[in-house]
Amino acid sequence: MHSSLLLFSFHSKYKSQKSKMRDKIFKILLLLCSLIVLLICGGMVYSLVSGAVPAFSHFGIIDFITTSEWNPRPDHEEYGALSFIAGTVMTSFLALLFCIPFSLPVALFTGEYFRGTRVAMVISSVIELLAGIPSIVYGLWGFYTLRPIMVDLHLSAQGFGVLTASMVLAIMIIPYASSLSSEFISMVPRDLKEGAYSLGATRMEVIRYVIFPVSGSGVFASYVLALGRALGETMAVTMLIGNTNNIPNSLTATGNTMASVIANQFGEAEDLKLSSLIAIGLLLFLITAVINLIGKMIMTKFSKA
Amino acid sequence: MISISSKSASPGFRKVKDRIFFGAVCFFSCLTAVPLIVILWELVKKGYKQINLSFFTDVAPSTLDAMMAKGADKIIPGGIANGITGTLIMVVLAALIAIPTGVMGGIYLAEKPKTKYSHIIRFLTDLLQGTPSIVIGLIAYAWVVKPLSSYSALAGSVALAIMMLPLIIRSTEETLKMLPGSLKEAGLALGSSYTNVVLRVLVPSAFGGLFTGILLAISRVMGETAPLMLTALGATVINWDVTKPTSAVSLLIWQFYNDPNLVDMIWSSSLFLLLLILVLNIIAKNVARKWRIQ
Repeated sequence: MHSSLLLFSFHSKYKSQKSKMRDKIFKILLLLCSLIVLLICGGMVYSLVSGAVPAFSHFGIIDFITTSEWNPRPDHEEYGALSFIAGTVMTSFLALLFCIPFSLPVALFTGEYFRGTRVAMVISSVIELLAGIPSIVYGLWGFYTLRPIMVDLHLSAQGFGVLTASMVLAIMIIPYASSLSSEFISMVPRDLKEGAYSLGATRMEVIRYVIFPVSGSGVFASYVLALGRALGETMAVTMLIGNTNNIPNSLTATGNTMASVIANQFGEAEDLKLSSLIAIGLLLFLITAVINLIGKMIMTKFSKA
Repeated sequence: MISISSKSASPGFRKVKDRIFFGAVCFFSCLTAVPLIVILWELVKKGYKQINLSFFTDVAPSTLDAMMAKGADKIIPGGIANGITGTLIMVVLAALIAIPTGVMGGIYLAEKPKTKYSHIIRFLTDLLQGTPSIVIGLIAYAWVVKPLSSYSALAGSVALAIMMLPLIIRSTEETLKMLPGSLKEAGLALGSSYTNVVLRVLVPSAFGGLFTGILLAISRVMGETAPLMLTALGATVINWDVTKPTSAVSLLIWQFYNDPNLVDMIWSSSLFLLLLILVLNIIAKNVARKWRIQ
């Protein structure tokens, strides 16, 4: 009896030492896995910058950003990112504009009018499925369905261009804009809304004078994040924007975005051109990072208030 | 607020306006379902003819074969087997890389939510999640394609893994945060080691959420095309060697789209890809509903 008790205590001591060791290893493993994110981000910035250095040193950073010339002829090589930056900004902001009349009603529908009901669940599932459609399928749809409509309306000769691209892009970002803003709209305190109702306000007036002012910055933040999505979209835009290396001078003009020029020209790129494309990738990364950062900052401020 | 009553005097008019607004909200909300239905309908209508057994077992046809079949007014022979296997290899490999690291990273963030280091990691995870897929393609090119001096399935799966990682980390963290703290305390009070509490109590309790997050991450990268163009490139044969260029369903769609003779194949391959993704999405949703944390 006595000895078995001793054995037991020895055994459990031994066991606890072993499990402590195991815990330590486990905790280090967890730390390492979280560290991977840091390594990826750091490595990403390093690789992009080192890949972009030849282009930047050859043309100068400022000149590279402010030149719209894109000339791959040997001996006359001249690369600038301005027309692609312009194309990216134009398509994304236009897409954002187009998506508001749809994403805002959806947010009100699921976050206010039918919050928590079956109908709202159906609509939000549809929206989620919309987010699941691959970019390339959207591109095909835009190419074979939307583009002929643009031609029939005589908006442009072949239907390609900034307008066509941003219309498809708008559909693609509706899910991102609406699901987040629906959450913020549904978070508006009940007593505020009830106060307005008790004063005789109609539902629309409650939405306009209570819900929008209270959830406004959150909704705004979700649109900023949707913009971040639109900036980086590649395939659908590549298939619809027309891929010409110039600043689009009208809404129906063709152009190129930063993402689409990389997708289009990467395969045949070498040396200086490759470096210029990587430099464009770096710029795209920086722009989306800043936009996302702004969106996140507004959101954190909003949820703290 | 105060100006409501003074602005529009008649309560009847205000009520009408309210009804109209409500109608508009409903109308535009339902309108967003239109693209989904139209896209699905168009893919089914134009694509169902191509889907038969050889669609799953044969590799993509060459331009010449397709041209002859079209000339004879027949269905284009061949399928997308090289794309299906390629997608499978790359997604599985990406999942093998991203799931363990993502879940572990998520556990770390959930266990130490308030430290400065955690805030930095959380911020960087968001940054990574917002990074355009084409930029991630550039990175995988620089990290894998260049050192191996060949396009490869491995490079493609690294790109997909980088895209999956932040999604899995955040969903794991969110799910674990929803678990009651008493669960962990009870495990520890019973003398269980920390490792056992995490792996045998927390992770199984959060299984539904973790699984949903993983499925959604997989369905998000499954249709990716842009990063694969820069990394996996594509191949005309079924390729099981991860160090060689490999095709994927999405890459095949791009290839068909650019080839006038093969263009009829885009509908069936898009239909297949879309159904695959939608089914994954629906499974993920059902898992989430069934395993919801009470």
